[in-house]
Amino acid sequence: MIAYIIRRALYGIPILIGVNVITFVLFFVVNSPEDMARMHLGMKRVTPEAIQKWKQEHNYDKPLLYNESATGFDRVLNTIFFEKSVKLFQFEFGSSDSGRDIGYDISQRMWPSLAIALPTLIVGLAINITFALLIAFFRATYIDYWSVVLCVVMMSVSAMFYIIGGQYFISKLLHLVPISGYDTGIGAIKFLILPVIIGVIGGVGSGTRWYRTLFLEEINKDYVRTARSKGLSENRVLFRHVLKNAMIPILTGIVVILPLLFMGSLITENFFGIPGLGSYTIEAISRQDFAIVRSMVFLGSVLYILGLILTDISYTLVDPRVRLS
Amino acid sequence: MQLVSTAIKIAVQLSWMITLVILLAACSKGPWNDPYSASEADKNVLYSSFSERPKHLDPARSYSASEYRFIAQIYEPPLQYHFLKRPYELIPLAATKVPQPRFLDVAGKLLPVDVDLKKVAFSEYEIRIQPGIRYQPHPAFARDARERYLYHKLTIEHIELVNTLADFPETTTREATAEDYVYQIKRLADAHLHSPLRGMLGGYIVGFDDYSKRLEGLREQLKKQSDEPQSFLDLRDYAIEGVEVLDRYRYRIRVKGKYPQLVYWLAMPFFAPMPWEADLFYSQPGMKKRNITLNWYPVGTGPFMLTENNPNLRMTLSRNPNFHGEIYPVEGTEEDHSNGLLNDAGKPLPFIQKAVYNLEKESIPIWNKFLQGFYDAAGISSDSFDQAIQFGNQGEAALTDEMKGQGIKLMTAVETSSFYMGFNMRDPVVGGLDERGRLLRRAISIAVDYEEYISIFNNGRGVPSQGPIPPGIFGVKEGELGINRYIYNAVKGKQKRKSIDEARELLAQAGYPGGQDKKTGETLVLYYESADSGPDGKARLNWMLKQFKKLGIQLVIRATDYNRFQEKMLKGTGQIFSMGWNADYPDPENFLFLLYGPNSKAVNGGENAANYSNPEFDRLFDKMKNMDNGSERQVVIDQIVELVRKDAPWAFGFHPKTFALYHSWYHNVKPNLMANNTLKYKRLDPQLRKQKRFEWNPPVVWPVILLLGLLVVSAIPAIIMHRQRERRAAK
Repeated sequence: MIAYIIRRALYGIPILIGVNVITFVLFFVVNSPEDMARMHLGMKRVTPEAIQKWKQEHNYDKPLLYNESATGFDRVLNTIFFEKSVKLFQFEFGSSDSGRDIGYDISQRMWPSLAIALPTLIVGLAINITFALLIAFFRATYIDYWSVVLCVVMMSVSAMFYIIGGQYFISKLLHLVPISGYDTGIGAIKFLILPVIIGVIGGVGSGTRWYRTLFLEEINKDYVRTARSKGLSENRVLFRHVLKNAMIPILTGIVVILPLLFMGSLITENFFGIPGLGSYTIEAISRQDFAIVRSMVFLGSVLYILGLILTDISYTLVDPRVRLS
Repeated sequence: MQLVSTAIKIAVQLSWMITLVILLAACSKGPWNDPYSASEADKNVLYSSFSERPKHLDPARSYSASEYRFIAQIYEPPLQYHFLKRPYELIPLAATKVPQPRFLDVAGKLLPVDVDLKKVAFSEYEIRIQPGIRYQPHPAFARDARERYLYHKLTIEHIELVNTLADFPETTTREATAEDYVYQIKRLADAHLHSPLRGMLGGYIVGFDDYSKRLEGLREQLKKQSDEPQSFLDLRDYAIEGVEVLDRYRYRIRVKGKYPQLVYWLAMPFFAPMPWEADLFYSQPGMKKRNITLNWYPVGTGPFMLTENNPNLRMTLSRNPNFHGEIYPVEGTEEDHSNGLLNDAGKPLPFIQKAVYNLEKESIPIWNKFLQGFYDAAGISSDSFDQAIQFGNQGEAALTDEMKGQGIKLMTAVETSSFYMGFNMRDPVVGGLDERGRLLRRAISIAVDYEEYISIFNNGRGVPSQGPIPPGIFGVKEGELGINRYIYNAVKGKQKRKSIDEARELLAQAGYPGGQDKKTGETLVLYYESADSGPDGKARLNWMLKQFKKLGIQLVIRATDYNRFQEKMLKGTGQIFSMGWNADYPDPENFLFLLYGPNSKAVNGGENAANYSNPEFDRLFDKMKNMDNGSERQVVIDQIVELVRKDAPWAFGFHPKTFALYHSWYHNVKPNLMANNTLKYKRLDPQLRKQKRFEWNPPVVWPVILLLGLLVVSAIPAIIMHRQRERRAAK
């Protein structure tokens, strides 16, 4: 298995290089180094000399991908792309274009993102699986029918609606929790209740429907018929057999997103004023801070690759038939 | 039954959890939805929000409102604006008095005050600062028993252990001296700090450009010696010709010719003192990697100091224990008396203990928190405008009954900003100083109905411009005398936009009858450059199309992003565009320079985006900019404004009007569009605030209980069905 993991990790390197190149090209198609300088230096009284100076100081005065004036390897090495991207592979994120250490900022901002994402995932998972099992139990009844209708309605509603509606109802009308904000330590709990509730409710429709489909697929398999013919109660069939066998696709969905929980949610963090990594990325895009954008895209790619490897490993844990070789 | 019982178990556990949370919340001393610590409920703390994190807190770099909001409370330049008096008046802050210039000829000989402008080679401003002004507690000043600085020679290992400034246990202070003010001016010349004033000051302060070049050379040398770009360069060792320390409390600035606007810059944080110790402290290798920089942790002498700097979450200003003291103004207008703005006259400042600014990116939470009493003041977003404001029969804005019922008060002020639609004067169609171009631009200026624009897109929050200078600034004429007769008619003393027929007539005279080129017979096609990507952007552009259509002109919108828009402006390839300018200081020069020929954006990269170049304007501007406010200057300004109205390089748009709301416990609120350091004047009644917060935020629990009950009840048919199924015989 170790050899498999090493091989998969090595496969990740060309993917990461590709992601870096694409991010780089896309970013610089939209923003030139001059634009970035203007954005950082402000809108008023910016002289062309100041722009040139900023570019020099931040090493944006070189060619983007290919240096025609250089010779040999320097044609590739003496470029913005090489200078800015290679260190990422050593997980050296460097400084943002505004001068702040990116690694430090990420280490600070990942915790608020995680503080929302983890409880939302766990509570949401428990509720979704329970509801899905209940619906599967009452399959082909009016409960099943109306539950599916409700799920479709819930998954059709925009996340913004849940957030604004939740803030309006729970915080503005009922005055039960703060409408937005964040604090460190134990003080964070009161700020997390609302985003977690909204996150869970917002995900119930799609989650329940998805798990219901998985359970119904399992329910129609031969081993379930055998279990029933043995005289097992429906509860035992569902919990002991169906749930266990449905765990593979469930795990696939969960394990792959586990590392990405660090990356945060843009909309939730923006609306609730939570200083996570989701808002960090979008702020960087709007401020044209390429250093942060490339770091966050790189980190996201690494975490995604990690998630896929973890998913493969988790298969071996839940299904003894699976062997990684 | 296991499945249903599991579901019921989860429901019961959920109910217990909710009950527990409710009980815990009930035990808290404040409202459940209070976002702040209950222990601070009756403290003298101001709560506000910010939506854009400040980029720079270094006074050499900061230049935006979102940054001045903080640093203006921390740094103290020599001068400030009187809080209450209007028109705006400069008064001393750190200085003992507002400096008066001394004029010198080329030989350095003193000239009389009323000397001919041409004879003035230099002006000298001698600034005397007050003794006893001390910096906030800061580790940069800390010394050991042998008077050695504790934190000036830190090792990388030591810095690695540090996360914030608070991790340096020892702090102390020292007195601000004239040398610190000079040190800061030298910093403005340092190219690696990217001060936005560097280019401008080079044209005025004697020796500034040479000094700047010298520093660049020194920085290059330093770079060769060290990899750290922030390596300390002790500016005290390098003198600048035009700025001189006279003694401990006096320094002198020498500028080329006459530059009366210098005193306005002396009221901005650019000219606040900077202790060399702080510069050295923050320049140590490794500090930048820990995000401990002067750009992040200010060192000031003002009434407040930044005690929490987490722009991702919260910024907190606390009272500076070393503040030298200041009193609330004792003079003001009659209106100020009647509004109770002089009730605190003569009392020591500041009134509040702490100001907490929370990051809020969306307007809805800000608005709701304001209504719940968790913010002391707030602006009004478009979403909330109708809930807050109603217009009377005369068009006057007033609060709605709901707001009045909460004791909320409204404050309005016309901003010292101008928004305009510019014509690229280098463009062969809309540009040029010939009569054809003038008539075309004037026709368009009439057709683009900014009264309608303000009504539709700004909820009526704006005043249509009559010229480039906004109200409240010297040179603007109020009432009938101030009406732009090229665009408006005076009806009963008020301006009324000329009819579209008059615009069509002008267009015909320009050679485009009915919007068609007389020579070619083709429809006139014009191009509008837009970087408007806001939520109303599409509607605004459609509106603009309609305005041109009134004249039969086909407008082509060239929508682009802000970067490309800037690029077009710099290259001078745009045709028609919209822009704005906020006043740096209350002087007409700060607006008229936007039309000064040598400031052309396309030619010199200046701020004259219309690339207007009229020798007569330039001559008058050169004359006006160095004059003192008075009737003579007014005459010249009138000539300039008339010229600009006639040439119409801008379709004068509007001056925005700010509407701000504040609660009954928030006192000493008066709009001062020039002063940024007004936090020290604000006073709160925390007890009233606490009482109102309780009153406005009673927890409502019954809907939650009802919801849970409904869930349980709805489970009953499922339980019954489940039982029936389990008991049913197999088919």
